[in-house]
Amino acid sequence: MSALDLDVVVPDRVAVALTAEPGEVVAVIGPNGAGKSSLLGAISGLVPAEGHVRLDERDLLRLPARERNVGIVFQDRVLFPHLSALENVAFGPRSRGVHRGEARTVARDWLERLAIGHLAARRPRELSGGQAQRVAIARALAHQPDLLLLDEPFAGLDVSVAAGLRIELTRHLASYDGITLLVTHDAIDALTLADRVLVIDEGAVAQIGTPGDVAARPRTEHVARLVGLNVIRDADRFRCFSPGAVTVSLARPEGSARNLWRGSVLSAAPHGDAIRLLVSAGPELIADVTPAATRELGLEPGREVWLSVKETAVDTYSVATGGDR
Amino acid sequence: MRHDPLGRPPVLLLVPAGLAVLVLLLPLLVMVASTDLPGLLDQLRSEPLREALWLSVTTSTAAMLVALVLGLPLAWVLARVRFRGRGLLRALVTVPMVLPPVVAGIALRTAFGRSGFLGEPLLEATGFAFPYTTWGVVLAHVFVAMPFVVISIEGALRSAGAQYDAAAATLGASRWTTFRRVTVPLALPGIAAGMVLGWARSLGEFGATITFNGNYPGTTQTMPTLIYVTRQSDTDAALALSLVMLLVSIIVLVALRERWLGTGTT
Amino acid sequence: MKQHLIVAATLTLLLPLAACGDEGGDGGDGGGELTVLAASSLTDVFEELAATFEDDHDAEVDFSFASSTDLAEQVADGAPGDVLATADETSMQVAEDAGVAGEVETFATNVLVIVTPPDNPAGVESLADLDGATWVRCADEVPCGRVALGLLEDNEITAAPASLEEDVRSTLDKVISGEADAGLVYATDAVAAGDDVATIQIPGAESRLTSYFLTTLEQSEDADLAQEWVDLVLSDEGLQILEEAGFGS
Repeated sequence: MSALDLDVVVPDRVAVALTAEPGEVVAVIGPNGAGKSSLLGAISGLVPAEGHVRLDERDLLRLPARERNVGIVFQDRVLFPHLSALENVAFGPRSRGVHRGEARTVARDWLERLAIGHLAARRPRELSGGQAQRVAIARALAHQPDLLLLDEPFAGLDVSVAAGLRIELTRHLASYDGITLLVTHDAIDALTLADRVLVIDEGAVAQIGTPGDVAARPRTEHVARLVGLNVIRDADRFRCFSPGAVTVSLARPEGSARNLWRGSVLSAAPHGDAIRLLVSAGPELIADVTPAATRELGLEPGREVWLSVKETAVDTYSVATGGDR
Repeated sequence: MRHDPLGRPPVLLLVPAGLAVLVLLLPLLVMVASTDLPGLLDQLRSEPLREALWLSVTTSTAAMLVALVLGLPLAWVLARVRFRGRGLLRALVTVPMVLPPVVAGIALRTAFGRSGFLGEPLLEATGFAFPYTTWGVVLAHVFVAMPFVVISIEGALRSAGAQYDAAAATLGASRWTTFRRVTVPLALPGIAAGMVLGWARSLGEFGATITFNGNYPGTTQTMPTLIYVTRQSDTDAALALSLVMLLVSIIVLVALRERWLGTGTT
Repeated sequence: MKQHLIVAATLTLLLPLAACGDEGGDGGDGGGELTVLAASSLTDVFEELAATFEDDHDAEVDFSFASSTDLAEQVADGAPGDVLATADETSMQVAEDAGVAGEVETFATNVLVIVTPPDNPAGVESLADLDGATWVRCADEVPCGRVALGLLEDNEITAAPASLEEDVRSTLDKVISGEADAGLVYATDAVAAGDDVATIQIPGAESRLTSYFLTTLEQSEDADLAQEWVDLVLSDEGLQILEEAGFGS
């Protein structure tokens, strides 16, 4: 398997440059409309794009979709409704000239690996969401692609089903030689499955790094929300602090005005042992308070509060670097 | 009427629907009622009827198949390939549908007639010409029926979702493989509907056939033509023949509807 | 506002008066209207006669040209009309049986002729030459077809036509367009086609004569006018025009 060197521009949608080593899993996260699906579309060949996507000697962008050897799990699965699960999975190998019998053997093998061998004869409409997703994954991997693209693979699944599938996918990705790009909304996916995280916002790369780095020092509102941190951009610096470090009071507290905000409570919801408040104070900030404090201070939507945080609890980092590639 | 959870159908819709049924069915019902049975049985035994019926059914089936073989690829091109003038081509392909049948016959004649643009060279080169032959009947039927087939199939292809074609491409399938294994199977209900429409139109075809092919028992005399000339001398016989044609049509259409259009649609 | 209402009301009341002037037919003021139902083969002749008639009688003539069978059926059913002219006896009989025919007169005859494209590509000179050519005639169920059948039998011609057309105009049309090498049509059709066809007389065709019948109709709204039309057709002028068109007497 080979390394990936990607520099893709989909006009008016997204521009991304990325390199990856064989076996790596890169999570692509970002808000809706950021351009994540356009990126996958460009790589798979379904969306016109400029630039290059080099895998070894081949530049995928110069090839028609069917010659790119990319495996895709689509956002809405797109399993062929008129074919059985087995035939769906066998479709890739068969299209590449593998004999029908052999293709079916390969397909059956994959279905077994994903623990749905017994569903081989079923049509997609007879499968549950989780089962269908496994078929989609098997179908994408069966023809041994050089690159695997997963577009929101756990969307629409039961939490427990998604959890189970996530664990299995970790296993399969570990044994997969090629490079995986995983588009997701879910922080958990990024944190558990990925070696690196690529954050896209408004059509450009906002941040790239290991999950730990990105989670600890988010550079976008989107990621901050995902990992439950407050991030404020202050000229050329990001100032990041956790909701636990925020003090909530009804009266204006003492202390530096720099770390002081006033606003009204938008929502209050349980978060672990604490109550997490979302406050509209200029920027939207989250603060964790104890249930007792919530009762005492009457912290319900609409309440005017003051938020403050100690400077020592604030992590400051520069905007300039895009993090380590 | 079974209780419908969405409520009773509104009268505002039921009344026009009822009128539609009346307009469509009343003439047929009266025609059936006006036919006398012994005359009908006589007709069933007559050779011109059997010849005409056989000819109608075989030419319609042949025309439907030709329309499918030629029309399905055309529908695919119109639905899946982007090219300049596509909209215009789509409109032109449906013109035979709006042409008065006699005009269609004249058009066919100017192109394929014995002294036609293509027909004359063909006649000189091979000694064969379409007019007055059963092949000519098939040609005329293809001309009038194919637009129906193309439109039905194109509609089915467009709504069948190009996303499946895209998925197939990413899995390595060539466009031909995709057509064979994905596009056509998924569009099958639409294709079937198009074929039924084409067959039905072909069965009822009269104006183009008689103008282009003439009328001769056994070769070019289809049921509609037989009915028309019979009517000149014996209206009761014509009525009986019409009834026979009606019955055959109903039987085939009902059978086809159940098999082809009953499954696959919710 | 009130003024507008008055104007509108006045205009509305005046409208019916404007319509009054139109009663009694369009075009002719005080003139009559005549509806003539005639066999298709009489089209040219009758339209020529209509020109004379309209001038002389200050009336308007409306025609309905169709197959004699259709017309007879229609008048038997009571369709409106003043005069009926058929190309065969059977149709006229239908009208008579239905009690709608007045006094029936024979006024013309017609014979079948062979027509070919002007260059006569198949070299047809007689009925016998039809064998091997692509030729057409009317279907047996229509009057001109019955005559053709009889004529062919008389001459022991067994050659089959390529097509049996539903009326004589279609037959002629096939020959004119070059789709058929020859066709059997009425002499009058050949005359009307002029240079578009070459005509060959059939010896003995008079033995299978087509006679034309004319009558006023009971449902006529102007019996006098109807009779005047019949008179015109039977007059010298009428007979001359008929002869020029190729009819026999």
